[in-house]
Amino acid sequence: MSIPFTTQIIYLLASILLLVAFAMLSQRRILSLINLFAWQGLVLSVSTFVVAYSTAQHHLYYSAVLTLLLKVLVLPWLLHRLIRKLNVKWDVETLINIPTTMLVGIALVIFAFNLAAPISQLSESITRGLIGIALASVLLSLLMMITRRKAVPQVVGFLAMENGLFFAATSATHGMPLVVELGIALDVLVGTFIFGIFFFQLRETFDSLDITHMEKLKDDNS
Amino acid sequence: MIDLQLTALLLAPLLGGLLLALFGSRRWAAELNSLMSFCTFAASVALTIRVIDSGPQVAFNEQFFIDQFNVFLVALTAFVAFTTSLFSRPYMRIEQHHGKLTTSMLHLYYSMYQLFTFAMLVALTTNNMGIIWVAMEAATLTTVLLVSLYRTPASLEAAWKYFILCGVGIALALFGTILLYFAAERVLGQGGTALLWTHLNEVKGELEPTVLKLAFIFLLVGYGTKIGLVPLHSWLPDAHAEGPTPVSAVLSGLLLNVALCAVMRSKVLVDGSLGTHFAGNLMMGFGLLSVVVAALFLSRQKDIKRMFAYSSIEHMGLITFAFGMGGKVATFAAMLHMTMHSLTKSAIFFAVGHAVQKSGTQQMENIRGMLQISPTVGWGLMLGTFAILGMPPFGVFASEFLIITTAMHDYPWTTPILLIALGIAFAAIFGKVQPIVFGETTAKPLPHSPALIPVFAHLLLVLILGLYMPPYLANWYRQAAVLLG
Repeated sequence: MSIPFTTQIIYLLASILLLVAFAMLSQRRILSLINLFAWQGLVLSVSTFVVAYSTAQHHLYYSAVLTLLLKVLVLPWLLHRLIRKLNVKWDVETLINIPTTMLVGIALVIFAFNLAAPISQLSESITRGLIGIALASVLLSLLMMITRRKAVPQVVGFLAMENGLFFAATSATHGMPLVVELGIALDVLVGTFIFGIFFFQLRETFDSLDITHMEKLKDDNS
Repeated sequence: MIDLQLTALLLAPLLGGLLLALFGSRRWAAELNSLMSFCTFAASVALTIRVIDSGPQVAFNEQFFIDQFNVFLVALTAFVAFTTSLFSRPYMRIEQHHGKLTTSMLHLYYSMYQLFTFAMLVALTTNNMGIIWVAMEAATLTTVLLVSLYRTPASLEAAWKYFILCGVGIALALFGTILLYFAAERVLGQGGTALLWTHLNEVKGELEPTVLKLAFIFLLVGYGTKIGLVPLHSWLPDAHAEGPTPVSAVLSGLLLNVALCAVMRSKVLVDGSLGTHFAGNLMMGFGLLSVVVAALFLSRQKDIKRMFAYSSIEHMGLITFAFGMGGKVATFAAMLHMTMHSLTKSAIFFAVGHAVQKSGTQQMENIRGMLQISPTVGWGLMLGTFAILGMPPFGVFASEFLIITTAMHDYPWTTPILLIALGIAFAAIFGKVQPIVFGETTAKPLPHSPALIPVFAHLLLVLILGLYMPPYLANWYRQAAVLLG
């Protein structure tokens, strides 16, 4: 049994997506992190395009263009602007322990594949293994958010998680209804703006974007 | 058709948000805020009458769906949003007078308040499981800047925690929604109808059980973060304690209900598909855990708003537990408790807000003798506390009694756990509120007269519903309980 060419392309892109998720997990420099995020968006957009082509679903072309605009151009541009204005462009995160994080990441991928295995068995569509990959990249982004101590990388992790979800929506299920996708895109955009406002408020109040300052609210001392 | 009422219901807060975005810094912005909230409430009453008379219906190309269950939440949401806007008018003026807020902060507050109402109403009325997600996320986005309105370090920390935790939670709910779509697409085909709840409900027996099981876990964890279920609750006390009091009142009284409504919609689908009690059991487990953990945390609290936030977790746990048990009586009791909790808890937050303004602190050991300085605030707080603790003749007693007797009948082993937790909560809250109300005072009078009509209006409603439930209302709740099964 031979696998169609487009399916092979989608699998290739899916593995690149997972690879980028690992790269983000181990990236300490904020600037490179944002660039990796843009690359992830590009992979996502291309894979949506390929799915649209191979299944002849026209509304997925819109999704692909929307992803390209939002996740490859607008969001990285906004983030670049933010880190330039906040002067954190060359910031390096020192606290993370990369080897341990990587091992935990691998464990998460195995967990995600196990969880998704029964679902993948069911799917007749060409892209049945992809739910596992999507779930794995969501969990990796979640891990990234947990391990980071600075505000900007946490937000990049948050947006990367959204990428993983979007991949699940477009590639594994051939796209949600367009109105839902537009709503999600709007929420992500507004969310990024609010995060931006937040960065400035944090800076003004704490003089840094280090969220270790923000562990004061506990049940006992309040 | 209900198109007209529904349009009015959704248009009023949206228009209010836009108008207040333009004119939010004018002197009459607070009045405009109340006016738009009143229009929303009037529309919700019209919609409710319509739906109770002619049964569940869809509108606008099936994108919206109103039945007795969600119209009850719509009416409750619009009512509490209206009374909270009445309360916030003098409250925010006093805050401004104390120099805690500037005009531009109030501007943000008014327009976000209306948009928040809009997001909640969309989440309640939509028929599309995807749009529920979008609206829930929008509700977070509109409130996150309100939690950090005072710009203090603590409020920024609370807002950041709220944003990140609820953002992660809601992302998991999106994954659940995608899985739901994945299962639905195989039965309903591609395109727009596969996420419509009414369509899903018709074919729920054919949906793939394994996928739905996993989808429900993601949906429950995701929306459960928003409900404040333990162990996903840690944002809730912070956001309630550090945000302005009107925001605490609507977060606690309304947003938690809306998230629970989303979980209930999923539960109906999932249990219908599996033919088992899987979703119900999960909800019972999370609910019971929340009741117990919140009750234990109550006695450790020193901040008054934080304490009542934990009380919200406890009550939401109880409601989730009752919905999880299922059956007509338990569902009826859960909906009744939702109503009582929303009305009572927002009334308490109103009274607490003024008490905090008078004494200038949220630390309970420094708030003393409210009865001396202001009998109305003191009695409002005391009666509200009695009501939320489930003392007869208030309505909370009736709903808690129903929940516990049903539990005794269906799941006897849970009854002692619930009773002990409620007892601990009673001792903790009563012991702390009693010296606040009685005792010697150091508090100062306020520059504007406080808004106490909403407090007593809510408590009066809770009292009346505890003594006498009009047959019309009882019938309405019964119909909704039948719909949810």
